[in-house]
Amino acid sequence: MNSRDAILGRIRNVLNATDAEDDPRRIAATARIDFPPRGVIPARGQLGLDGRIKLFKKMAEASGATVEKVTSPADVPKRLAAYLRKHNLGAKIRMGGDKRLRSMPWAEERTLQVSIGPSDGTDEVAVSHAFAAIAESGTLALVSGRDNPTTLNLLPDHHIVVVNAANITGDMETTLDMLRENFGKGVMPRTVNFITGPSRSADIEQTLLLGAHGPRALHIVIVGGK
Amino acid sequence: MQITSPTFKANAHAALHDAHLQRALGNVRSGFIGKRAKAAKALPEFEQLRDNAKAIKDHVLGHLDIYLEAYEKKVEDAGGKVHWAESAAEARGIILDICRMNNARTVTKGKSMLTEEIELNDFLEASGIQPVETDLGEYIIQLRGEHPSHIIAPAIHLNKDQVEQDFRRVHTEFPTDRDLTEPQQLLSEARQVLRQKYFDADIGITGANFLIAETGTSIIVTNEGNGDLTQTLPRVHIVIASIEKVVPTLDDAAQILRLLARSATGQDMSVYTTLSTGPKRVSDPDGPDEYHVILLDNGRSAMLGTEFQDALRCIRCGACINHCPVYHSVGGHAYGWVYPGPIGAVLTPSLIGVDKAGHLPNASTFCGRCEAVCPMRIPLPKMMRHWREKEFERGLNPAVARYGLKFWLWFAKRPRLYRLTTYLAMPVMGLFGGRKRRFRFLPLAGGWVRHRDLPAPEGRTFMQQWRDRDTLKQDAHA
Repeated sequence: MNSRDAILGRIRNVLNATDAEDDPRRIAATARIDFPPRGVIPARGQLGLDGRIKLFKKMAEASGATVEKVTSPADVPKRLAAYLRKHNLGAKIRMGGDKRLRSMPWAEERTLQVSIGPSDGTDEVAVSHAFAAIAESGTLALVSGRDNPTTLNLLPDHHIVVVNAANITGDMETTLDMLRENFGKGVMPRTVNFITGPSRSADIEQTLLLGAHGPRALHIVIVGGK
Repeated sequence: MQITSPTFKANAHAALHDAHLQRALGNVRSGFIGKRAKAAKALPEFEQLRDNAKAIKDHVLGHLDIYLEAYEKKVEDAGGKVHWAESAAEARGIILDICRMNNARTVTKGKSMLTEEIELNDFLEASGIQPVETDLGEYIIQLRGEHPSHIIAPAIHLNKDQVEQDFRRVHTEFPTDRDLTEPQQLLSEARQVLRQKYFDADIGITGANFLIAETGTSIIVTNEGNGDLTQTLPRVHIVIASIEKVVPTLDDAAQILRLLARSATGQDMSVYTTLSTGPKRVSDPDGPDEYHVILLDNGRSAMLGTEFQDALRCIRCGACINHCPVYHSVGGHAYGWVYPGPIGAVLTPSLIGVDKAGHLPNASTFCGRCEAVCPMRIPLPKMMRHWREKEFERGLNPAVARYGLKFWLWFAKRPRLYRLTTYLAMPVMGLFGGRKRRFRFLPLAGGWVRHRDLPAPEGRTFMQQWRDRDTLKQDAHA
């Protein structure tokens, strides 16, 4: 008997179960997968759009991220250039092929060099567009792909993430529903990164330090909303 | 790793006299407890979430075969490969095969207690493959040739000056006069050294906090981002997880995630919660070409249907360890195997045998804090009592304790004799207590009075005092 059958056989033996298709346990489990029951959703994030934006900003800042709001996507390049100057960073950013980012007026920032593609570890600053964000915990949701390669979330020292105010959800479950809607039921992209603040470690004497292996700084730009 | 659980008493004795360790353990008491309490208090639904999380895992354990099969199918639909392993040796063999097929020379690792359980690092090294731990704490203890002393803070038994010494010894490429007195400088240096290792590695191995049957996804939770780099940069990503990590849906994982970070470090969410499904797609510019999952049993299925089944709900947050007065006193290494603290006292006898680990469930004050803070409501003290019973049944505890208990049982079953004897004995023992009414010596119980005195009886038995109380009450009513 192979290990798979041995393990499953032992489990079925204890549970007095069969591998029959009409096992009531099988029907219950399949139903749960097909129609995921909603669990306990904290009231904290159940707010209107303005409330969600405010809560998201507060929670993200509590996790060590910095947050700014702009009214239009056209404002983003200017604000990012200002961020780079403020932190004495080179006028160079790396980003993926996301159309929402690409269509921003980068050319207006004459000295800013924008390059496209994943990171090989030499980039100081990366810009990504979030799939969504979660107000409850100040968390960003980023999905892998050509638009926003995963290495951009991890390798650069400064990670700047743009998120549409309308995509700020109240809770993680709503974001999961958006993933299901976008990629199909039961289908996921290779990687979904839920990111809450910059990288950190407390492994030396429980002293909290930022910038362990991932970005030392996380800057979030909320586009739209009030 | 050598199992030292059988010598727990000697280990604990040595730990209590280790000044470095005692200083470092202060960080457990001062940090984790307050942070968890604050985070739990800030979420009004916390207790409700605990109930639901327990219900989810109980449901999973009753349908484990079905969810494992559903998960396997989804992983394969996404282009990944699932391997089943009964034992540590089989899991190691599968990993070695994958390494050989890919001509792997170095392997980076995210933090995984399961790879400690199967002693993967020693095995890979013996097979000519270099494993590199990337979690800062794990990296430090790997340099020292040690094992984790805590499941989420593996180097909690060390102080920064010890880490500095190790970095100076191993990182010889840096100037010898560099300043490493601050933790930030130590972190920076480790970051620099490990950055290159991620790129050099042929394979990245991570554990999993959850496996999702709905989508075939594995989830890891980290604060450093090391697990993410480990699974994104090399050509092959191997996930190793024990079978009870599966949950039905993403929603179910979201419920438990709300408890995990709060219970562990007092964060609302850990920095990186990462969902991985299959290898990279045609449209992905980065990520691994191969995605393997090893589903390891290693004694879990044998716990199903027993009085220890509830321990399979454990999400390895470490809250029971952080709140345990015994752990606070002796640290993690004294427990002698992979899992320390209350959960270790329950899991270790299940996984390596009560004959080797019988001391662990005895190392408890039964204060009940572990159960009070366990997000999955695992009745840890009850399970430790179960192990004590088993130890007694199998005659594993010392003869003095066994015959002492037998004698007391005989005595306690004869209430008249018991009352008469105590009635006569109490005043006599009271006299032996002397002027201070304390015993400084006790025959057969020298250990008890070595560091403290035992108060002597005051002369009257409990039953006598109870009768007086009843009489008083009746008088009051009359």
